[in-house]
Amino acid sequence: MSTNGTEGAKRRVNFKILRYKPGFIDPPRYDTFAIEVDERMTVLDALEHIKATQDSTLLYRHSCHHASCGTCAMKANGREDLSCVINVFDLDSDNVVVDPLGSLPLIADLVVDMAAFAERFAPLGMTLVRESEFAKECEPPAGIEQYTRYEDCVECGACLSACPVANTTPFFIGPAGLAAAYRALTTGDRPAKQVFAHVDSSEGVWRCHGAMECSAACPSDVDPGGKIMALRRELVKYKVKRIFGSREE
Amino acid sequence: MAVPIQQQSTVRRAIKAWFDPRGRSTGLIAFALMRLSGIGLVVYLLLHLVVLSTLTGAPAPEAWDTFVRMAKHPAFLLLDVILIAGILVHMLNGLRVTVVGLGFGTNSHKGLFWTLMAVAVLLVAYAAWLIFTK
Repeated sequence: MSTNGTEGAKRRVNFKILRYKPGFIDPPRYDTFAIEVDERMTVLDALEHIKATQDSTLLYRHSCHHASCGTCAMKANGREDLSCVINVFDLDSDNVVVDPLGSLPLIADLVVDMAAFAERFAPLGMTLVRESEFAKECEPPAGIEQYTRYEDCVECGACLSACPVANTTPFFIGPAGLAAAYRALTTGDRPAKQVFAHVDSSEGVWRCHGAMECSAACPSDVDPGGKIMALRRELVKYKVKRIFGSREE
Repeated sequence: MAVPIQQQSTVRRAIKAWFDPRGRSTGLIAFALMRLSGIGLVVYLLLHLVVLSTLTGAPAPEAWDTFVRMAKHPAFLLLDVILIAGILVHMLNGLRVTVVGLGFGTNSHKGLFWTLMAVAVLLVAYAAWLIFTK
């Protein structure tokens, strides 16, 4: 919606949104809402407009509105992204299908259970603290850096949703978890032996089949696919060294 | 009809995740081709073994001649071309997956895929020419 008093281009767009409320809208269905959008409107703006004017029961996750928190990731016309940065005009369609993220259990409407995503970080003991969130003007608590995980990652879950492998097994550590493990390895946050023990399994680094859809979907340019491959190379080097007698860790 | 992921069967999820191209990039095309060609080659191997096993116990010359006549039919030759296409796609894409999977050329994986598929197309065309003309 124009806030500066000027009238820009407008278009009427149909938003076909997945609806699911266990016991009420069950099985899920798509509801279509037609609204007028302007050239600055994002998908999140559209959802908020629909909730305010047409259906107050519509559920979705969001927080910061500026691609910083990673809360509002969902699929628009089949592609994962943060809904707060998807410009509706950029989708270049009068019909926009909005789905929740894949690979994660659906709770209601566009809300998925992110605990299933966060649990993939747990074995390495990483918390949600990010290095970029440290205030420069004050000294961080001693030892907090050991909890730092992949700092560019906003933990939105888009990579997990886009991964064709993660969509078929809930046990795969997944792109974000493996990228975090690679970061832990390269920064020395965790001993190599601990990282490799975590990722060297059939549900770890070897489960990835290199589709690289995670890197294509990542809104923060983490390139989790590239990190998984680099992690795999480090693991192979580690194993070769062990075969030839080195106990370097 | 949409179904929550926790209520979907693994097969249904796999089919959607592996072969639904909406919103996806080159990576999924390569991933899907790898699975299709892999499954196809396994099916071919089983059929091949079944056919050969039926020939070994039969009166050899007649059964073998009948099979060879069938194998020279253009429809059968077309299957040979499809088989070679499957082998080449799986082999060349497998080389790419091996290289990329060890952390080399991850930023060039799309270009590498299309280059290798172009090589596969040329080789399949050459093979088809040999099969239908020689």
